[in-house]
Amino acid sequence: MYALKYHRAKSLDEAKQLISQSEDPKIVAGGQTLIPTLKQRLASPSDLIDIANLPDFAGISVSGDTVSVKAGTKHFEVATSADVQGKIPALAHLAGLIGDPHVRHMGTIGGSLANNDPSADYPAAVLGLNATVHTTERQIGADDFFQGMFETALEENEIITSVDFPAAEKAAYMKFPNPASRYAMVGVFVAKTSGGVRVAVTGAGACVFRVPEMEQALAANFAPDAVASIKVPADDLNSDIHGSAEYRAHLVTVMAKRAVAAAIA
Amino acid sequence: MTTVSMTVNGKAVSEDVEDRTLLVHYIRDHLRLTGTHVGCDTSQCGACVVHVDGRAVKSCTMLAAQAEGADIKTIEGLADGDTLHPVQAAFKEHHGLQCGFCTPGMIMCAVDMIRRIPNLDEKTIREELEGNLCRCTGYQNIVKAIKAASEEMRA
Ligand SMILES: Cc1cc2nc3c(=O)[nH]c(=O)nc-3n(C[C@H](O)[C@H](O)[C@H](O)COP(=O)(O)OP(=O)(O)OC[C@H]3O[C@@H](n4cnc5c(N)ncnc54)[C@H](O)[C@@H]3O)c2cc1C
Ligand code: FES
Ligand code: FES
Repeated sequence: MYALKYHRAKSLDEAKQLISQSEDPKIVAGGQTLIPTLKQRLASPSDLIDIANLPDFAGISVSGDTVSVKAGTKHFEVATSADVQGKIPALAHLAGLIGDPHVRHMGTIGGSLANNDPSADYPAAVLGLNATVHTTERQIGADDFFQGMFETALEENEIITSVDFPAAEKAAYMKFPNPASRYAMVGVFVAKTSGGVRVAVTGAGACVFRVPEMEQALAANFAPDAVASIKVPADDLNSDIHGSAEYRAHLVTVMAKRAVAAAIA
Repeated sequence: MTTVSMTVNGKAVSEDVEDRTLLVHYIRDHLRLTGTHVGCDTSQCGACVVHVDGRAVKSCTMLAAQAEGADIKTIEGLADGDTLHPVQAAFKEHHGLQCGFCTPGMIMCAVDMIRRIPNLDEKTIREELEGNLCRCTGYQNIVKAIKAASEEMRA
């Protein structure tokens, strides 16, 4: 790791101030993506601004049919929260599949979304449930938030503060984990809500994406068979030593079928 | 440089370290508690697992400065004098180690899962070991040791 200056922010205002005063600042929350990146010397920020201990920056609350998760909430809290398990069990299940217990004890939802790894799990839930991302500047809808590989709508140094998830009538997440890294080779989140059906796919492409053809088929008939013969084109999908684009395209259909089956079970 | 203060195995410690110092290097090189190991540089092997405020974390994936004010427990803090912790005793009894390199992390992980999960079954133990790699044992006896310790500690 290159030398850097560490700061622990005591308030959101102080964090913003530290950011504006630093030459090349980087926020750290759980550090489960950023610290490995720094160790590999793939980034060299001048200053690290730690937001993990900000007051009122972690926690889960329910209001009506919305589950609100503050940005600093650890994966472990989401996985084990009675509120999340009760209102959106698919979200709790997804959080419990991220990495391993040690990673879940540190990693945060805000960090995962800001990072937008093509194989990360949370983006599938945010897009699948049509959640709203709140930041220090504004609110961003799920369809606008994810913009490409490791790219989001966040402006430089805009801080995610919370995420509002609307509860679904039925929802489930099915993940085919890479056996070594446990990141998603392909993960499919399906949700049936009053606003329609949404299908979000992570791991397969450069960035999480929806599958409109599956959404229409499921709106007419919310059953595994409805998606069984729908294939996504392999053209733009990821191809690597773990699996070809064709393999991933196939997995999308298989995982979508399983997710629908789990949602209606 | 930054001054870090924390409690390690019940003892208050405080020292000036470089800001970029990882918690694991602080523990090993500054405090000379070398039971906590470094087995990879990709945050995957779990040889470095310690408890921070009661929870298992990878000490190679955290700065010492991030642990400011925290209560840390390492493998050295588990035994009560000459009496091994029940998980340590179970690893010995059930031959849960060969070279022993992964063992401190395995044991800290096991203590954490036993605390969180009542009635651990084999499948759950294997899932909970996701972040801990062993290149020797094939895991069978590690799982056996954790199951036995969990049953003994619940009894
Ligand atoms: C061994 C291992 C396995 C893993 N497996 C999985 C997996 O299976 N699935 C998965 O989805 N993830 C996995 N992860 C990643 C993990 O989920 C991370 O916790 C997550 O990607 C980042 O969250 P963090 O809080 O640790 O962020 P950090 O590492 O602290 O930060 C990540 C990035 O987000 C920025 N950031 C952090 N918080 C905010 C905020 N509130 N607003 C704006 N920007 C912010 C930082 O500046 C940085 O650029 C794994 C990680 C490890 C080490
Ligand atoms: S040394 Fe920490 S995970 Fe390998
Ligand atoms: S006993 Fe050798 S690595 Fe586990």
